[in-house]
Amino acid sequence: MKTAVRNYLFFLKRCIRIAFVGDWRYYGWMGLLTVFCLLGLNAYAKQIVHGLIATGMSDEVSWGVYIANFTFLVGVAAAAVMMVIPVYIYNNEELHDLVIFGELLAVAAILMCLAFVTVDLGRPDRFWHLIPGIGQFNFPASMLSWDVIVLNGYLLLNAHICGYLLYCRYQNRKPSKWLYIPFVFVAIGWAVSIHTVTAFLYVGLGGRPFWNSAIVGPRFLASAFAAGPAMIILALQIIRRVTQYTISDRALLTLRSIVQVSMLINVFLLANEVFKEFYSGNLHVASSKYLYVGLHGYHALVPWIWTAIAFNLTAMVLLVLPVSRSLKWLNLTCVLCIVGIWIEKGMGLVIPGFIPTPLGEMVEYAPTLNETLVCFGIWAFGLLCYTVFLRMSVPILQGKLAKANEGTLAPASAGPAGGETALP
Amino acid sequence: MPDPRATPDRVPETPGAEMNRRSFLRASAVLASGAAALAASLAPLRELRDYTSVEQWLQKYYKELTPEEMARVLKRIEDEVERQYGLRPQVRDLKPMDGVQFVYALNLTRCIGCRKCVHACVAENNQSRNPEIQYIRVLRMPHGSIDMDKAEHNYAPASVPEKGYFYMPVQCQQCRNPPCVKVCPVHATWQEADGITVVDYNWCIGCRYCAAACPFWARHFNFTRPGLPKDGINPDMAYLGNRPRWQGVMEKCHFCLQRTRAGRYPACLEVCPTGARKFGNVLDPNSEVAYILTHKRVFIQLKEELGTSPRFYYYFDV
Repeated sequence: MKTAVRNYLFFLKRCIRIAFVGDWRYYGWMGLLTVFCLLGLNAYAKQIVHGLIATGMSDEVSWGVYIANFTFLVGVAAAAVMMVIPVYIYNNEELHDLVIFGELLAVAAILMCLAFVTVDLGRPDRFWHLIPGIGQFNFPASMLSWDVIVLNGYLLLNAHICGYLLYCRYQNRKPSKWLYIPFVFVAIGWAVSIHTVTAFLYVGLGGRPFWNSAIVGPRFLASAFAAGPAMIILALQIIRRVTQYTISDRALLTLRSIVQVSMLINVFLLANEVFKEFYSGNLHVASSKYLYVGLHGYHALVPWIWTAIAFNLTAMVLLVLPVSRSLKWLNLTCVLCIVGIWIEKGMGLVIPGFIPTPLGEMVEYAPTLNETLVCFGIWAFGLLCYTVFLRMSVPILQGKLAKANEGTLAPASAGPAGGETALP
Repeated sequence: MPDPRATPDRVPETPGAEMNRRSFLRASAVLASGAAALAASLAPLRELRDYTSVEQWLQKYYKELTPEEMARVLKRIEDEVERQYGLRPQVRDLKPMDGVQFVYALNLTRCIGCRKCVHACVAENNQSRNPEIQYIRVLRMPHGSIDMDKAEHNYAPASVPEKGYFYMPVQCQQCRNPPCVKVCPVHATWQEADGITVVDYNWCIGCRYCAAACPFWARHFNFTRPGLPKDGINPDMAYLGNRPRWQGVMEKCHFCLQRTRAGRYPACLEVCPTGARKFGNVLDPNSEVAYILTHKRVFIQLKEELGTSPRFYYYFDV
């Protein structure tokens, strides 16, 4: 037992050490992300002091770009499952090793989600009121309490699966099926649940007709399963460029078909929503009118949503055409998907729900510079986490960082100054 | 970014330790500049003035406080208010009265839209003047319509009432099925036995989910430290009522519980020049509100179709 713990701690130590070792591109990238993290932290410190008045939010529009990013990133996290299903249910060998990269992205995305809800709190110091047992956890009545459970649960599930598989690979032993296959299947259902519960946060509010629609949940899933794998396609190509890790084009094209189908469903569901809102012509259409065409002379979101629709439609057409089999076009399509869905789900879903207010007042919202810096900081933090996870896992999967070479490779044999000695 | 403190000259030379020494210096330079950058980015936190004390931070949930603990909390709040505003308030923990269910009734035929209720409420309930927080919003509605999307919020004529309009004040409707209570993740807001939905300002985490859930725009958030004039403090305070709020928490109309639970009328009712506002215990058959709800041919609850069942009724002189 004692040796097992010691071995594991040594493994962690080597992983941490290797995160500080890399070529100049790695240091440049990590340095840049650190700068953005610190800028975000600085902006958040200001927000703590002055309150949420540092943001563009108001009593009228009481959630803004923080919750918009949160909603989008829950989808990215949930989308990791779209790589797990082909591998574990359809035994797709092409994606087998890549599942880890998808799940690590999920872990990074959940960390960003948790950061985005934390910065949205007026009293983050009182977070302990949320902890079941010592606080007052309003479960099961509040959808937010469900969200706390499913997000943290999903984080643990994925951290366990990735951590276990990587540690086994490090020790060069076969993972015991009982220790991860059940978790993989739980995680598949759980992935759907995190995004459904997040949709229910909005859907459950009877006083906000824009959100109070059964289609929001399915739309969330469809858009997530388009934007998430699109992100993974881009990430995999970066991994294969900067490391010697082999990733076949066929794996990327498998993901392309997932994005393809999801995007078609997403656009179809969007059309359903638009039809229902405008054709029936009842008074509840005010928010949709504000979003798509403007209302009473207010139209801040109109250019955003039409950009999103143009991006989504272009991406859909490109995905259907054979041209997106070429990686150059596929990458363009992925960028269009990600940006289009970010707008549609973030600014296009969260903000118009508040406009007009339940009392019919028109107050618009735009994020402040400080708020934007906090968002950039959290994105940089997420990318930093993902980069570190990859920096650790790629050498393990390649067999370069393994128990067999403990004490022989430079990163593990460094003196008290840490991994710095491994530099050429 | 080299750090000036890590001067190489100060470190004694050891033969053969060249690599270690250099890497050690480099690592400490990186660490020191990292720490300096972190400290610099957190520098704004130095401006934090009494954000929270340990006692405040550890304070238990309202419903779990014993009477002795409550007494200590009330004393502490009195001290805090005195320190901040230079006047000793009386903060009470008023409980709902047995056999009482409060109901509000507002006569739309009589309301002239003068907004006296709005300002009486602000003064009574120690609401922030800068930024402005108001529990009552008076809507100017075009003749014949109750569609709120047609409401004018910022009407400012030379005199009221104006021809062709009627006025509809909206505040917390004290719903029997309050969506705000359902969605709160930490039970920081709840409905009391007399029907008033209250907020524990020391328990709210400021997620604003209740604000999103409320169909009446009745919940108001302290986006910054409330701006209260020292000479405008109402010292008659209640824990769940009008005591000063914190930055980052939600607040709302509580039917002036510091008054109504002590047998007085709400401030908005007392100030109303037309007698449009009626308030009382609906369980008492001799109360004015019971009379209105049994004798008026028409009275309405706002957005009745949402099923929240407001305790706030609008009626007409018919």
